[in-house]
Amino acid sequence: MKTQMKNMTAQNPLRRKFLKDSTALMGGLVIGFYLPVKGGRAYAADAPPKPAQPAKQIFPPNAFIRIATDDSIAIVVNKSEMGQGVYTSLPMLIAEELEADWSRISVESAPVAAVYNHTAFGMQMTGGSSSIPSSWEQLRRVGASGRIMLIRAAAQQWGVPENECHAENSQVIHAGSGKKLSYGKLADAAAKLPLPDNVKLKSPKDFKIIGKATKRLDTPAKINGTAQFGLDVYLPGMLTVLIARSPVFGGMVKRFDATEARKVPGVQGVYQVPTGIAVAASGFWPAKTARDLLEIEWDEGPGAALSTAKMRAEFLALAKQPGDVAHKDGDTVQGFKKAHKSVSAEYEIPYLAHAAMEPLNVVVDLKPDHCSIWTGTQMQTMDHAMAAKTAGLKPEQVEIHTTFLGGGFGRRANPRSDFVIEAVQVAMAVALPVKVVWTREDDMRGGNYRPMWADHIEAGIAKDGKPLAWKHTLVGQSIIADTAFAGFLIQNGVDVTSVEGAATLPYVIPNLQVELHSPKNEVPVQWWRSVGHSHTAFVVETMIDELAHLAGKDPVAYRLAILPADSRYRGVLKLAADKAGWGKEKLAAGHANGVAVHKSFDSYVAEIAEVSLENGKVRVHRVVAAVDCGMVINPDGVRQQIEGGIVYGLSAALHGAITLEKGRVAQSNFHDYAPLRFSEMPQVEVHIVASSEAPTGIGEPGTPPIAPAVANAVFTLTGKRLRRMPFDQENFA
Amino acid sequence: MITLFINGKMTKVDADPNTPLLWVLRDHLQLTGTKYGCGIAQCGACTVHLDGRAVRSCVTPVSTASGKQVTTIEGLAETTLGKTVQAAWQEVDVPQCGYCQSGQIMAATALLKENPHPSESQISAAMDGILCRCGTYNRIRSAIQMAAEQSGGAK
Repeated sequence: MKTQMKNMTAQNPLRRKFLKDSTALMGGLVIGFYLPVKGGRAYAADAPPKPAQPAKQIFPPNAFIRIATDDSIAIVVNKSEMGQGVYTSLPMLIAEELEADWSRISVESAPVAAVYNHTAFGMQMTGGSSSIPSSWEQLRRVGASGRIMLIRAAAQQWGVPENECHAENSQVIHAGSGKKLSYGKLADAAAKLPLPDNVKLKSPKDFKIIGKATKRLDTPAKINGTAQFGLDVYLPGMLTVLIARSPVFGGMVKRFDATEARKVPGVQGVYQVPTGIAVAASGFWPAKTARDLLEIEWDEGPGAALSTAKMRAEFLALAKQPGDVAHKDGDTVQGFKKAHKSVSAEYEIPYLAHAAMEPLNVVVDLKPDHCSIWTGTQMQTMDHAMAAKTAGLKPEQVEIHTTFLGGGFGRRANPRSDFVIEAVQVAMAVALPVKVVWTREDDMRGGNYRPMWADHIEAGIAKDGKPLAWKHTLVGQSIIADTAFAGFLIQNGVDVTSVEGAATLPYVIPNLQVELHSPKNEVPVQWWRSVGHSHTAFVVETMIDELAHLAGKDPVAYRLAILPADSRYRGVLKLAADKAGWGKEKLAAGHANGVAVHKSFDSYVAEIAEVSLENGKVRVHRVVAAVDCGMVINPDGVRQQIEGGIVYGLSAALHGAITLEKGRVAQSNFHDYAPLRFSEMPQVEVHIVASSEAPTGIGEPGTPPIAPAVANAVFTLTGKRLRRMPFDQENFA
Repeated sequence: MITLFINGKMTKVDADPNTPLLWVLRDHLQLTGTKYGCGIAQCGACTVHLDGRAVRSCVTPVSTASGKQVTTIEGLAETTLGKTVQAAWQEVDVPQCGYCQSGQIMAATALLKENPHPSESQISAAMDGILCRCGTYNRIRSAIQMAAEQSGGAK
């Protein structure tokens, strides 16, 4: 339909943006200002930067700033925006040192290029709550370099010494004469200057932007419907593709009949691809209708034998067997002999789906010599390489456009590039631009879950109540095994992400041994917000709570008594206890508080949860959180992330479980895998510990403490220890 | 051909009458602000207004929208109330990933239209069907209360 096509062009934000940029470029209005390799020369450019060489120096090659003649400044952000606020916090780092007018800052997502690699991981990716810590130094240096070059350009133009000039609010000012030039007027000259050698960063006391609560730059687009997520990309002539994948992990198509499916109006074709049967149609609805009509016989393979009940029994049995030693202090055998009292417990923790609100999707436009991909990915470098390999193209023939991510939580950083490889395979089969859409059911049943765990902990205390011995055995699949990360994240047979938060404890425990079993099976597993911490905080912090009760001590006082005097855990624990009125404020009848404290991604978070029982189920009314994440870039961003981390963890603690029967995932959608709903939302207060330490992670650390805080509160209320997640399988009525 | 009135404009679409309104908005008209989240009215990301009332467009056949006024997030700012709600969302800085926010805003606006001064429990009841995985619920509550206050109930 002609009118529709026209409409489509007009409505396509990508297209609109392209036109806008082209128009601007043709009018010569945009002058790129990129900061290049140290020692190289800056250059003015009117096109996106070319991939640069990887760099070893602290200040790497850059292509982060673009100043236009109208004084608008675009910051190219090399991290994916999935809600964690990097499209605001990273520009703040640059703008601070650049002395930029914050009101004129906008954001562009970076293309895939080595210049945009993560400073610690050596690849372009977003994860591990590391965007701020890894960019803190780098992006401030980028901004400061830009400022120095702009001042130099102005000083040269005026014929005055540089040290008589300063920059503020996107202008260079000569104090003596009162002369002023805006950045837009200086960008062209500045871009021709060599990169400065001596870049001095501001003292934190001079910060004007860093540390101030700052509104998110992406909010306007996210409240008027214009923010573009992967699912919102429409290309001319593009087909929507749904794939029927095996109902069992590892299963393959034996035979299929698409006769009825092909009859659905709008269906363009049905193709066998490595992951299943792909239906390509004019839109989602015909593709879905046709997919429902496919008749497929599967060769299910060994995955068909998987059942959660059986796995749980096997895991729990393994938890009592010696495993690979992840950590050993002292001698636990002797420690338990000397213990005054001891306790042991086993824990059951299920698989979890990430269940981001935006189901997975990828748009691929594959040509014989080029491949353009639009998707919300957290893992650009690997996806880029795997797409090129799959399509048989050179890396420079492949480009990835990172859209907004409708939630990531780790799922969009697949170490096997599952969703991107599959979409390229589909594009190769269909030979037209395609959008591969996962339905909610596909997404929920698509594996790559947080691993299921069984743990066993035995702990003993001395006469004074302090811990004397601690033996912890963990059983769960390795996320890292068989991935490119195995080389540095599996040490002496132990996946360090499996035991993070458990292998070393903040508390003084003279005899400690932690062992790990990493059984293998067909269920693909993956990092899920806070990775290993998502389960280790629960088992460790509920057991510490048990020890406090065994010792007859208050849980907060007990923790403070067994934390070293210089521990940063103390600050958040005391702040949370103080703000929650721990032990002072009287709670409503039938309510109780519980506490937990945990460090993850180098940040410390204590949470105190107030709970009651409603109709025999746990109800959380209030959570008081205290966080120490070093220096804070955007306080409101920190609050958002702790609020979000709590809700994500609470959803899992109360309701989350993926289970299998005959190899099939029992859950399919939000009715049987229930995230926390509005009416279940507790009040959340976030308190930030003032700090002059370097900033640490914030996207994930809010998640780990909530489950143990709630479980500990339930114990105080009912005397029952919750050692199985989720908690809604317990009925207190 | 089905005749629709979307954001005040008449549009004709050539679609199977059983096609959910969501996919007509997205795939036929590229009104992509309305989101797909679950397809079974469990998450509310697809919420639009049909004659002023909030409906889940993922389970609303396009045929039932025929001849009725459909408002999507793209057309919300046409009304004073819609503008007020969006301004409150901006002021509270509600979104994180943002994917659910169109649905949240549409549901909140429908609530305030029907009930200019909702109580805490009325807000919870009206918003309970709209999921957010990023944890913005408390900010949503604040924004709704702010919008209620600012619009003063005058519609």
